[in-house]
Amino acid sequence: MTGPWTLMEVCGGQTHALLRWGLDQLLPADLRLIHGPGCPVCVTPAERIDRALALAGQPGVIFCSYGDMLQVPGSRPGHDLLGLRARGADVRLLTTPLQALAVARDHPERQVVMLAVGFETTAPATALLARQALALGVPNLSLLVCHVRVVPAMRLIAADRATAVQGFLAAGHVAAVMGTAELQQLVDDHRLPVVVAGFGPDELLQAVGACRRQLQRGEARLDNAYASVVTADGNPRARRLLASVFEPADVPWRGLGLLPGGGLRLRGRYAVLDADRRFGILPPDASNHDGPCISGRILRGLARPLDCPAFGSACTPDHPLGAPMVSDEGACAAHLRYRRH
Amino acid sequence: MDSDDSATIRLAHGGGGQAMRALIHGELLPILGAYAAADHDATVLGLPAGRLAFSSDSYVVQPLEFPGGDIGRLAVVGTANDLAMAGARPLHLSLALILEEGLPLPLLRRLLTSMAAAARDCGVTIVTGDTKVVERGRADGLYVTTSGLGVVEAPGPITASALRAGDALLLSGDLGRHGVAILAARHGLRLDPPLASDCAPLWPQVQQLLAAGVVPRFLRDLTRGGLAATLEELAMASGLDLRLQEPALPLLPAVTGTCALLGLEPLQLACEGRFLLAVEPRQLPRALALLSPAGGALVGQAQSPPPGLSPRVVLVTRFGSERLLPPTTGDLLPRIC
Repeated sequence: MTGPWTLMEVCGGQTHALLRWGLDQLLPADLRLIHGPGCPVCVTPAERIDRALALAGQPGVIFCSYGDMLQVPGSRPGHDLLGLRARGADVRLLTTPLQALAVARDHPERQVVMLAVGFETTAPATALLARQALALGVPNLSLLVCHVRVVPAMRLIAADRATAVQGFLAAGHVAAVMGTAELQQLVDDHRLPVVVAGFGPDELLQAVGACRRQLQRGEARLDNAYASVVTADGNPRARRLLASVFEPADVPWRGLGLLPGGGLRLRGRYAVLDADRRFGILPPDASNHDGPCISGRILRGLARPLDCPAFGSACTPDHPLGAPMVSDEGACAAHLRYRRH
Repeated sequence: MDSDDSATIRLAHGGGGQAMRALIHGELLPILGAYAAADHDATVLGLPAGRLAFSSDSYVVQPLEFPGGDIGRLAVVGTANDLAMAGARPLHLSLALILEEGLPLPLLRRLLTSMAAAARDCGVTIVTGDTKVVERGRADGLYVTTSGLGVVEAPGPITASALRAGDALLLSGDLGRHGVAILAARHGLRLDPPLASDCAPLWPQVQQLLAAGVVPRFLRDLTRGGLAATLEELAMASGLDLRLQEPALPLLPAVTGTCALLGLEPLQLACEGRFLLAVEPRQLPRALALLSPAGGALVGQAQSPPPGLSPRVVLVTRFGSERLLPPTTGDLLPRIC
């Protein structure tokens, strides 16, 4: 069979690597790559960011976050955690979740909230934090959970009649934790090729080639082009840890709406760590919309960053109107960084 | 002055009285060498004939001590390097210290000793200074400001606007080590083997180049924002595309590895002992011969941008594909120098 073929690289890290290495310039003419929703910063809905801002603004709260969430605007443009910090909030940058435990133990008189974002790659580390917090009895630590699961989003895109996607490059690091069973189920249900891909330029090119070969031969199966890291079974220990602390939940994604099983929530006795529970309802923050940002269409692969009138003019990494311009893994930021316009 | 190891800076050390005199005469002067005008607020200098370069810089790095350096060494080397980048031999520095109440005296002594050693390395004398003490919580241990005077030995002006299409771009050594050393120290990353800052005087290399007859068109130390910021500024100011061969960029695996782990662009990391040199093509062999023993390399070339497009920094990857070097945005590591 002949192309043209349209593939989606699911993970934002892969989008970044593709543009970083200029791999799109090396692809055969019959192949088009569109960028997927695999950027946890980008898919965190504005109302969750608003909630983070509201919590960080509470008197006495120490709010802990990874660096890439600090500049993501909520529903009010320009309002982000860094701005809040400049106005006096105690917002701290962490590189691993366990640092939040140390912060909480150093400040027993204050409430410490950790903004827990990421796919199944970072969720096990949050799970470890939750376990230790309960084991050590740290009463002043809670988690604002925004963890998301990648395969439900791939299912939504595969099922979307408007989609142009004919094959997926699956996120290798998620598969390294979760194994490949979920992906095999996706292939079986939707009859399209899925190739587990790494993040290095050579690995990505290899994965693109494997996916194209399947399409040319009219095949639809699961290939593993990242076998040096990913096994069918994934990382059972991390998976068990994850399953003991979290359970799948229906959560809203920016741009994709409410996604069945698209996120994680604390289960059973760990629910006591849930910041949503601990702090209850906070006054809502202004209006709730994404403004001129078309991230919803970009995250579904229906539009490209250059289709956006605000791209590079009203919306830049210094003044982002939406999350895909903030995160390193966001498609808009990657295009603006690496391509001449 | 207190000799016990638990002694700290007190507000009285900035009060203008006996404690301050004890700090200056008992601690600062013995370590730094007597200021030429220790009994005066101003010093009188005899300077060589010619054009002078004058530069000033403040240092707020955290942590105060890190692998390969400390705020003291940085404050001396950094300002001396700014002079060297103007083609000037660094001669004299002023030193202003803002000390926080509670700063441990043994730490201050270590930093002063390090400044004195750095001054010797740079061939500069510290000729005047000032000391202030602020309340605990009003400064992060200590802040340092140095100003420097140097005498220009470069034959022509060194400016971005002197750059011409065809000029060669060279680096004086490997990139990003200072940034990674600070990052590792601040975030408790244990690198094995540990990576030390590249903090070092640049005048010796510049002097060698000038002595060999190399005429720098452009010279810039790659401090805040690293190579990326320098190139971006140079492209804008010169109106030229800067085209770099990515595989030629000297980067240690520990630097690229740490950056990959943390999602950072290594070319945006600060160096404190590296510079970018632009020379006209016929001077390239001479410049390269002098820089390559220290790990320097030819990395690219200036050229006219495509018609209608603004000048940019373009990297050619090892696959032959092209990308832009991303401009530096406000980073999350503000206190690197």
